[in-house]
Amino acid sequence: MANLALEGATWIRRDNWLVRLFDYKPFLIVMCLTPALGLLLVFLTYPLGLGLWLAFTDAKIGRAGQFVGLENFISLFKDKIFWLSVFNTLVYTFVATIGKFLLGLWLALLLNDNVRFKSLIRAIVLIPWIVPTVLSAMAFWWIYDPQFSIISYTLKDVMHVRDSNIDFLGTPWAARFSLIVANIWRGIPFVAISLLAGLQTISPSLYEAAMLDGATSWQRFRFITVPMLMPVLAVVLTFSVLFTFSDFQLVYAITRGGPSNATHLMATLAFQRGIPGGQLGEGAAIGVAMIPFLIAATIVTYLGLTRSKWQQGSDND
Amino acid sequence: MTNSTAASEPERTGAISWDSRLRRIMTLHLPLAMFVFVLLFPFYWMTLTTFKPNEELYDYKQYNPFLVHSPTLQNVKKLLFDTDYPQWLTTTMGVAFAATALSLFASVLAAYAIQRLRFKGSEWVGLGIYLAYLVPPSILFIPLAAVVVQFGLYDSPLALILTYPTFLVPFCTWLLIGYFKSIPYELEECAMIDGATRLQILRKVTLPLAVPGLISAGIFAFTLSWNEFIYALAFIQSSEKKTVPVAVLTQLVQGDDYQWGALMAGALLGSIPVALLYSFFVDYYVSSLTGAVKE
Repeated sequence: MANLALEGATWIRRDNWLVRLFDYKPFLIVMCLTPALGLLLVFLTYPLGLGLWLAFTDAKIGRAGQFVGLENFISLFKDKIFWLSVFNTLVYTFVATIGKFLLGLWLALLLNDNVRFKSLIRAIVLIPWIVPTVLSAMAFWWIYDPQFSIISYTLKDVMHVRDSNIDFLGTPWAARFSLIVANIWRGIPFVAISLLAGLQTISPSLYEAAMLDGATSWQRFRFITVPMLMPVLAVVLTFSVLFTFSDFQLVYAITRGGPSNATHLMATLAFQRGIPGGQLGEGAAIGVAMIPFLIAATIVTYLGLTRSKWQQGSDND
Repeated sequence: MTNSTAASEPERTGAISWDSRLRRIMTLHLPLAMFVFVLLFPFYWMTLTTFKPNEELYDYKQYNPFLVHSPTLQNVKKLLFDTDYPQWLTTTMGVAFAATALSLFASVLAAYAIQRLRFKGSEWVGLGIYLAYLVPPSILFIPLAAVVVQFGLYDSPLALILTYPTFLVPFCTWLLIGYFKSIPYELEECAMIDGATRLQILRKVTLPLAVPGLISAGIFAFTLSWNEFIYALAFIQSSEKKTVPVAVLTQLVQGDDYQWGALMAGALLGSIPVALLYSFFVDYYVSSLTGAVKE
């Protein structure tokens, strides 16, 4: 500290107009916020508004659209494939989120125990989360190969519990669950590491007190771990719902919506209609149809966040 | 690895009965080992396939599929010399570096303004940037494609460099606001009393102290750009300008005849840069990830 003050004394103020301008707080604030807000306004807020507009036009790639009112939404309303994609998205989000959370919580509890090489295991566990999703999705694609799947081989020729190959991606429900498994696989690390962080903030004295009172391990989990973990859980859960709901990569990489549209999510259908199909307006309308779900998830995060502040008793900072 | 714990701890043998030790293995070590196995298996399979010659790849009767009998670099060689792979790698690298640099620049200033300059409405600006993070690329890419065409950026890497900050800036700003909070405000006050201008304070006091935060934000931004898929798929058309994740999927897959060896080689090679970066900075990574969630 003393060192810094000494160094500070040697600072020379060259008070030309430019220095004074940058020392003028409102100007500095504007200058500091301009790059970030500029980028976000041009490439996020503006496109978001444009997307809303496009949803009400018949825009195609390379051609500005005419206003057509609710036509896109009406045709989506009558479109069986659109409703199938809504159904798929809800099933995908619901099942994958539950899977990620149960397994992630289990892994977090295991890692919170005293095991050797804890930090090494923790580092290994995060790998599926950092490797580009499409690239690991391709590994799954290969694992799900109808003829050369290693899972089929293990079940058939090593364990002898099946006598035919599994057609992972060939029938609608098998394909849906294959995608959900890949999504859970990718989501476990983030959930586990986040919940582990939450677990480590719980004071051991709470468990000691409960043990003295004779609480069983289930009671300790139910009445200490779960409530104390709630704030982190709420945030991670909402993030996970939000990103699972809007997932695109896994499905596009593994099935591209097939077999016969059975695995299209709203995002992949929007892509198919909007970019290769060229129907920007219709694609944008599917995007707009996703917004109510996303807002609902965001409100839950916000409530989760405010509740965590209230529980920890910190100021609103 | 985890199962050896029991054998290597002779001093505790007397204290813990066999029964509870077995129980611990069944409830802790075994599930943990299974998690590690399942989470890593796809990478093992990816690596194995990369080094397998074609005749082993499709013959499970004669060769045990879980092993490589005569490893070959054929697939890697094919990938590096017969495709545009090196070109895709350099494009991805360039885009990731540029988008990271741009986002870090914008985020540092924004985080500094929100956390340190304190103005009326700074909380609202902070909330707005946080909400921007919650807008998923999969609802943005269609109108963004129209914007990219409007600006004449279609099929140019610049389109990616300018659009990636839509998800990088909110993330980095969020991370850096948390980091700036941990730097004592008194340091800046001292410098201000000594007559430093606000810009001097930012450059000579705050930024040097925020270097660890900058490193975490930087590696996160780089990894996120490297992983990005949907914008690169929608805004880039020419094969040689594609990024690795998109190119591997769209250029290496031709018809129904998948070259699994080359595909897995492409996936493996594309994962290595982020995996390396991750392994060097794993502690930053884990601590800032957990810190961000706890915030």
